[in-house]
Parts: sequence; C-alpha cells; structure tokens
Amino acid sequence: MSKELIRLSDCFMKFDDDVILDHINLYINDKEFLTLLGPSGCGKTTTLRIIGGFQKPTSGDVYFDGVRINDVPPHKRKVNTVFQKYALFTHMNIFENVAFGLRVNKVPDPKNPGKFIKVPESEIKQRVEEALALVNLAGYGKRSVNSLSGGQQQRVAIARAIVNRPQVLLLDEPLGALDLKLRKDMQIELKKIQQQVGITFIYVTHDQEEALTMSDTIVVMNEGKIQQIGTPEDIYNEPKNAFVADFIGESNIIDGIMHEDYVVGMYGRKFKCLDKGFAPGEAVDVVIRPEDIDIVPEAEGQLTGTVTEVTFKGIHYDIIVDFRGFKWLIQTTDYSPVGAKIGVKIDPDGFHIMKKSQYSGTFGDYSSYSSEYDELNEDRLEEDRDDEE
Amino acid sequence: MRKHRIPSRVFTLLVYVFLYAPIILLIIFSFNATKSNRVWGGFSLDWYVELFHNTRLLGALRTTIILSVLAAFIATILGTAAAIGFYSMRRRSRSVCMSINNIPLTNADIITGVSMMLLFVFAIGVFNSSFISEALGVRWRTGFGTLLLAHITFNAPYVILSVMPRLRQLDPNVYEAAQDLGASGWYAFRKVILPEIMPGVLNGLIIAFTMSIDDFVISYFTKGSGVTTLAVEIYTMVKKPVTPEINALSTLMFICVFALLLTVNIRQARQETASLRRKAKLNPGQ
Repeated sequence: MSKELIRLSDCFMKFDDDVILDHINLYINDKEFLTLLGPSGCGKTTTLRIIGGFQKPTSGDVYFDGVRINDVPPHKRKVNTVFQKYALFTHMNIFENVAFGLRVNKVPDPKNPGKFIKVPESEIKQRVEEALALVNLAGYGKRSVNSLSGGQQQRVAIARAIVNRPQVLLLDEPLGALDLKLRKDMQIELKKIQQQVGITFIYVTHDQEEALTMSDTIVVMNEGKIQQIGTPEDIYNEPKNAFVADFIGESNIIDGIMHEDYVVGMYGRKFKCLDKGFAPGEAVDVVIRPEDIDIVPEAEGQLTGTVTEVTFKGIHYDIIVDFRGFKWLIQTTDYSPVGAKIGVKIDPDGFHIMKKSQYSGTFGDYSSYSSEYDELNEDRLEEDRDDEE
Repeated sequence: MRKHRIPSRVFTLLVYVFLYAPIILLIIFSFNATKSNRVWGGFSLDWYVELFHNTRLLGALRTTIILSVLAAFIATILGTAAAIGFYSMRRRSRSVCMSINNIPLTNADIITGVSMMLLFVFAIGVFNSSFISEALGVRWRTGFGTLLLAHITFNAPYVILSVMPRLRQLDPNVYEAAQDLGASGWYAFRKVILPEIMPGVLNGLIIAFTMSIDDFVISYFTKGSGVTTLAVEIYTMVKKPVTPEINALSTLMFICVFALLLTVNIRQARQETASLRRKAKLNPGQ
C-alpha cells in the first residue's frame, strides 16, 4: 500500500499565457484510489493527461516507478485511461473494442526468448471474457457499441482499459454523463473493481460526494494549485483553508480570533474548541458544519438569530439563520418557521479553526444562498477540457 | 390544407416533367431506328452498335475513365489528409481554412478553367526555360498531366467537405484512446480513425469521380491538344450535324452517374438514421 509509484515533481504548465498548473508536487502510491477533485478549469484533467502522456508539462518532471517518463509517448506507458465520453470504437463490436489493446501489443515468446509474438487468439478470448465479466457484461461481446446504453458503454470502456492489466488506471470524470442513480451504483462498483484487480486508480471529478465515497486519498485543486491532500475524513473534518471547507460539503465560515489554545472568539463571545497551536490573538477562519449546530430555545443559546429561509430537503431542513447580518446554514430535523428567533448551541468538536488564507472572506456566507446553488449547477454542466484548452 | 392538395400535386408533377423530360426524350431517341430526333422510326440498338465502333469516342471514354479514377483517388487521399489537418487545428484557423476550401466550390467553372490554363501556361513557360528542362532534355506540355492536376484540384474540396462531418462526429478522444491502449500513431490512424471516417471518405471518392466524369469547362481549358475527354469530344461532335450515337452515349453516361449518385444518397440516408439512433440512445430523455 505504501510503495510510491508515480511522482509529479514541480510540474508547471502554461497554455499561451494562462497558467494551468502552478508548480504541482504530488506522489501517488501503488494500489491507491486517488481522486483529483476541483472545479472546472482547476487543472485536474491536465494533471491526469500529463500522467497518461497526452500532454507534456512546460517544466517539471514526471516519474513512474522511479524512472523519468516525460518523453515516453502514451502507447509505451503502463497506464490506461477511461475517457469522459467513453471514446469507444463504433466500427467494432464490444469484443473487438476490449480486445484492441491485446491485439496491438506484442508479448515475449515463451518458446523463443528475446522474440516477441502476438497474443494468441485463445488467450485474447479468455482475457476479454474475463474483463467483460468483471464489469458485468458477460455475453455482450457480439453486440455493437450503439446498441448499448450509456452506463453499459461506460463499462465497456472500463473493461477495455483494464484488459491490458495496467499498473495504473486513469479515469477522467467517467460517470459525468450518467444519471444520479446509475452514478451512485457505478461508484460502488468502481471501488469494488479497483479492489478486485488491485491496481492504482487515479480519478478525476468535480463531484465532492463522489470523491468522498470512493477515495483513499483526495487531492483538492483550485487555480492550478493543490489546496490539500488527505484522506476523505481529513479533508472533510480538517479543511486547510476556506476554499476546501466550502468546496467539500457545506460550511459556515466566520471570522474569529484565537484567544488562547482551545478558546476561540467570535461575535464578541468566547467558545470552547479543540484546536491549538495558534498565536494568542491571531485572526482565524472558523468553520462550522451545518449539521454540527443544534437549535435550542432562544434563552439557552450560545448565540441567537432569526430564521430567514427554510427549505425541506427530505432527510432534513436547510435553515438560513441571520446572526447579526451574517447568514448561516443549519441542517436540522427540527422545523422552525421563517421569522422565528432561535438560539444555537455548538459543541467544542463542532468548531474547526483555520489559518487565514487568500480565500478568507470569499466563501462560507449564505446571504445569497439560492443563487449560489444555481452557480454550482451551471458549473457542473461546463466541461473541464474546454476551459483548459 | 386539404383543398391545396390537388394543385400542389400538379405543380410537383410539372416540376419533375420539366426536370426529366429532356433526359427521357434523349433516352427514347437513343433507341430510334432512324436518324431523326423528331420522328420515331421503330426500336433498334443500331446507335449503340455504332457507338462501340466509333474509335475516337471510345478513346475519349478511356481517357475520361482513367482520368476520373486517378483524379478521384488522388483527390480523396489529399482531401482526407487535409480534412484531418483542418480538424486538428484550433477553432479559428479551422474555420478560415474551411471558408477558403469552400470558395472553389461556388466559383464558376469557367473562371477556374481559365485561371488554371493561365497558371499552367505560366508554369510550363518557367519550367521549359529553366536549367532542369535543359539538363533532362524534357519539355513539358499541356496534356493528360495538366488535365489530371486540374481535376485533382477541383475534386479535393468536395472530398474535404464530405470527410469533415465524419471527423466532427468522432469522439475527440478515440485517437488518444487507441494510443493509450498501445497503438502507435500510424496504427491508431489505420485501425481506428480511418474505419470511423470511411463512409465520408467513400462518399468523397464517389462525388469526386462523378464530378470528374461530368466536367467539361475545366477540361476544355486545361487538356491541351493531344488528349480529349468524353464531354469535350461530344461537344466537338455536336458542332457538326448531330448523330444519334450521342443520344446512346449520353444515355449510358446518365445511367452511370445516376447509379453512383443514388448510391451516395442511400449511404448518407443510412448513416443519418444510424447516428440519429445513436443519439437517441445516449440521451434517452430527449
């Protein structure tokens, strides 16, 4: 699990005058499920394409198993890719699509050391059928690409990519075109496939939930820079800056002051927290997740505010509460009507303190709650590649 | 709507009559036993027999077929390569190139013909007065060579126009996908790109071939004195009293071109339904 397989060392990338990757340093372990997560245009797809060999960094080095591979063309790399729009060969049937990688490559001849031969037809047949069975498409070999649904085409693309037994599988938003239900099923299935074949998966997505569900490690990117690397739990519970806190899940981010270890001040009050190591009196960003806030009667609250908006979400209500001009999002199962004065209570482990960063003050205020949702949706429709090219 | 049905049918019928009456008349009189183009003298295949004894005409036919096949093949190779080049350009340069490509299509044949003749005369003059000509002892003249160059030139834009849509339909990643699976650039082109765009390439080939067979104006200006194509030969024959052999020949040519165009249209219709079906599958909601 801990052996290093791929390393990007100080990778810098520029198209015309746009900086796409700003000195990225990243290493990826063998058999790891690593996700590159970020909004469109953050450089995640470019990072993937550099590993796949489709783009060369302007400066910096790429290592595979300790060997520099900057100048190795894609067809000589031990990585395979699942593309966003499947990129299946429509003039071939499913079997031939999956067999393509086996037919192209020559293998050492067991009888004649030093010589290379084509993979024997019997082996091709066996391995294609294995790959199709792995993605639950056994018996589909004779069908044409166009007769399959989007989800099935996606599975063929995965089978085609793993039939060569690569050491690393690169996946470029492979579930982007599927509907929500299918996407959730495929997330679990992909994770299962990864564990079954026991290889490294490098997965690109802008969907934070997808990243949290599947990954061993998440790399959060924005504006060509890596914002944070960590396990899903780390990223969610201990975001490094306001961007990460806002991008992963919902966050209220409030200006605060660290009075001393374990004591944070905001709204002129002191709160107990579990964070330490800041200078006394240091200005900080305080993150409070909407689900960590309890609504209590006004008199018992640590803070009091007015409900300005209530949205029913099924499992819970999204409530927007105005605390002296700064609006918070609270997720609760208790209904409070618009206009109600309420009190809130936050346990010490509900606070997460972050150092100030360039993103301070730009995220985490829910004053324009509904319009923010619209922006998010628009973001998802955009295509990453178009932005980066 | 119902009351307009009869007039609209009559109108449609009239359109087709005007379109096809001359050709039908020509076909009928190609089987006429007498020499007249007005009086029906009974059915005969005499003019077809005579046609196949006319060595001048047959020679022109041979030249035309060799010319059309060669020009169509070379134009298809060049045009396909050009289309792939345009396709991989950035959006703005691509649209500039496509506009330039479309100009010869709308340009009058007479202008293309005259300008090519001028170019050839100029180029031949330069070549023949150069040291290469002297050293090799070769003098270049207008003839089959210039004719072939001209035909390739006016065919290539049609090929580009017919290959381009297939390239656009291509998933932008298929070439990379093939490389990713271990194919070298050339292998990926041969095994993936070419088969995927083949229908467009074949359509281009057929269109180029029919354009070549059909061409009179450009051939007339660029052929020189030694060679002659079918269209040019027929034109010179018509200047003298018309013989019904031409009816016979025209009938045969019409049938050939008609068959080819029919193939192209049927192929295109099939591809369209296939791609519609594919789209419907990918976006079941729509």
